[in-house]
Amino acid sequence: MALLQISEPGQSPQPHQRKHAVGIDLGTTNSLVAAVRSGTPETLADEQGRHLLPSVVHYYKDGVSCMGYEAAEHNVSDPLNTLSSVKRLMGRGLSDVKSFGDQLPYEFAADDGGMPKIVTAAGLVSPIQVSAEILRKLAGRAEIALGGMLDGAVITVPAYFDDAQRQATKDAATLAGIKVLRLLNEPTAAAIAYGLDQREDSVVAVYDLGGGTFDISILRLSRGVFEVLSTGGDSALGGDDFDRVIAEWIRQQVGMAESLNPVEQRILLETAKSAKEELTDQDAVKIEVLDWRGVLTRDQLNSLIDPLIDKTLRAAKKSLRDAGLNTDQVDEVIMVGGSTRTPRVHEKVGQQFDRRPHSDIDPDRVVAMGAALQAEVLVGNKSGDDMLLLDVIPLSLGLETMGGLIEKIIHRNTTIPVSRAQEFTTFKDGQTAMAIHILQGERELAADCRSLARFELRDIPPMVAGAAKIRVTYQVDADGLLSVNAREVVSGAESHIEVKPSYGLDENEITNMLQDSFSYAKDDMKARALREQQVEADRMIEDLNAALQKDGRALLDDAEYHCLEVALKALQEVRDSSTEHRILARQIESVGKISEEFAARRMDASIKSALAGQSLDDVENNL
Amino acid sequence: MDLSTELLTKENFFQLFSLPPGWTVDRELLDSRYRKLQQTFHPDRFSTKGDVDKRLAMQTTSLINQAYDTLKSPLKRAQYLLELEHVDASQKSHITSDSHFLMQQIEFREALGDIGDNADPFKTLDTMRTDAQRHYLQLQNDFQAQHLAADYTNALDTVAKMQFFAKLLNEIELREEELEDL
Repeated sequence: MALLQISEPGQSPQPHQRKHAVGIDLGTTNSLVAAVRSGTPETLADEQGRHLLPSVVHYYKDGVSCMGYEAAEHNVSDPLNTLSSVKRLMGRGLSDVKSFGDQLPYEFAADDGGMPKIVTAAGLVSPIQVSAEILRKLAGRAEIALGGMLDGAVITVPAYFDDAQRQATKDAATLAGIKVLRLLNEPTAAAIAYGLDQREDSVVAVYDLGGGTFDISILRLSRGVFEVLSTGGDSALGGDDFDRVIAEWIRQQVGMAESLNPVEQRILLETAKSAKEELTDQDAVKIEVLDWRGVLTRDQLNSLIDPLIDKTLRAAKKSLRDAGLNTDQVDEVIMVGGSTRTPRVHEKVGQQFDRRPHSDIDPDRVVAMGAALQAEVLVGNKSGDDMLLLDVIPLSLGLETMGGLIEKIIHRNTTIPVSRAQEFTTFKDGQTAMAIHILQGERELAADCRSLARFELRDIPPMVAGAAKIRVTYQVDADGLLSVNAREVVSGAESHIEVKPSYGLDENEITNMLQDSFSYAKDDMKARALREQQVEADRMIEDLNAALQKDGRALLDDAEYHCLEVALKALQEVRDSSTEHRILARQIESVGKISEEFAARRMDASIKSALAGQSLDDVENNL
Repeated sequence: MDLSTELLTKENFFQLFSLPPGWTVDRELLDSRYRKLQQTFHPDRFSTKGDVDKRLAMQTTSLINQAYDTLKSPLKRAQYLLELEHVDASQKSHITSDSHFLMQQIEFREALGDIGDNADPFKTLDTMRTDAQRHYLQLQNDFQAQHLAADYTNALDTVAKMQFFAKLLNEIELREEELEDL
């Protein structure tokens, strides 16, 4: 028998080996992981063959006791330590969290940094940590199923998530040791799973009613390009709210007091939930709570949930208007999320759009499957030439101006990546600093919008009020994450911030947690860091050599060409000899700077060639 | 940032999409060329590349998005066309003195403020929106004629009026959202 081969750490035997990539649907109620195997996406099951992982974590005094279905069993007996629906709390501030107080039966406390944490038997736990536990569990499941470490994951988020909520999701993945290839909007993932990207040109409405969130997205699919035209919805409306209105109806029928203890709340909610599910294919259901017995009919249920469904339909109408479309211009409607199983939802959505919604793929799994397909493209296993996602930001980004008003810099539904700049000036004579308060939201008053971050621009030369010119630039990347730069035009004083949620974890906290959970020995860390830089250096050398060979003579003069050659040679030497990752990193950075102009010219040249052959004459003939 | 500004000064947005500069834009051509450029330069195309390429891709697509956004919006396209003629059409540069127009705006705004008193505020908002859109469209036609005749003084006034209606349409949306939240 031949011996199994094991390669040196960090070096794969074949450079273009297939990579392990997954799609993760981190849901409010349930989470899933999916991967593409033999060309088709499939969700991965645990050892018991269960695909869904309830997004529930149970804590006991030493930490996490159990997760998923096992943890959900503690719902009634130990509600305060059984954390569910934490997705609602992701990226939220203490004041938001308090407003959920009557919906989520947890005790909250602020930590030293004023960030909200949940009080459990294991101490204070942040929503990000709980999400990281769920992600880690799913990643572990995938690694067993795929037989190797994960190279990356696409994690889905509601299209409605603001910057803070997206950042919190990314932080949770980092904490779980998962490389995020891309945050993907859930509705977009669903459209990918349905393979609608094969269509010539069509408009798709994705109606996603999950446990805790409602999203409506209007997409245009055209020869492989997914363009999100608009998104809308409600980040605090879902099937859980159906359960709550039913529970409230039961409470009134039973004649229970309005203030319930956590155990009573759980009992009512679970009774409501199972009644709702049974009414999916029955006309009436018997209900027993304490010593009360009653019946809930489907008609009664419909009248209870109709106001909630109507709210979703109004949001759908609004998103269509945002996209500049009428209902009859929608070609397809896709149903996503477990709550679309409720027959009334299906019926009313069908009426609104005047067509039968797609619901052939399991509405719980469809998002994870689409994410897996996208992960496969991004990790490089599948050529992505036939698929591209163009996303929009869901909420406007702006900053606070005098009088507590918001000045919007980037409007909602703007396609990302996007960069916008605007000039501001000083309010007082001799003012040398400016406080920049970054906000997200649609309302006019800063106080009504979400505060994302604050930073200061200092060293403005003293001038009369209104004379300074401060250019503030907002840059949003393809994941929808924001960075802000402020610069005084005359003096060049500059300040920059990567926006992190003010109530999430700061970078140090994440680093500390990572160290807690992995406790790498220092040498290991160093070796790993060096290896990472060597890989980066190799890639840069390879890319740049190829670029020089292809375009170097055409785009550079002799001196520039020579300069790049020398820089590359120096990088190769440092890469082969240095054992200090920082030195190598500096060398990489410097070559990066030197080659930037070359890269810019190449990009410029290829813009021209991308549209080459389409002369202005053609264009005019077409008009 | 530097690449974007460089490209910005080098090309105008119409050239970026190989379209003839002017008020009339062939939306289908604009859309298809936009998608083609995005397919080439979107950061997802560079996810396995180095940081420099990724950053450039982000900046380039930001510019492409800005250009597309400008050309497809009537108000932004009008402002941009004036900008190309070196007329500053940014928000604060010009306020219309057409008193009839201003009265009409005040009436619109009062009606919007009292919307809650209507029996069916959503229907009233719909009517108001249709009305505002009709005015907005008329102004766009005015602009087209004025721009064609190189009458930039009046074109600037028209753009200022278009701003009023763009803002009004936006406020109708916001008001509707507020009503829905009640």
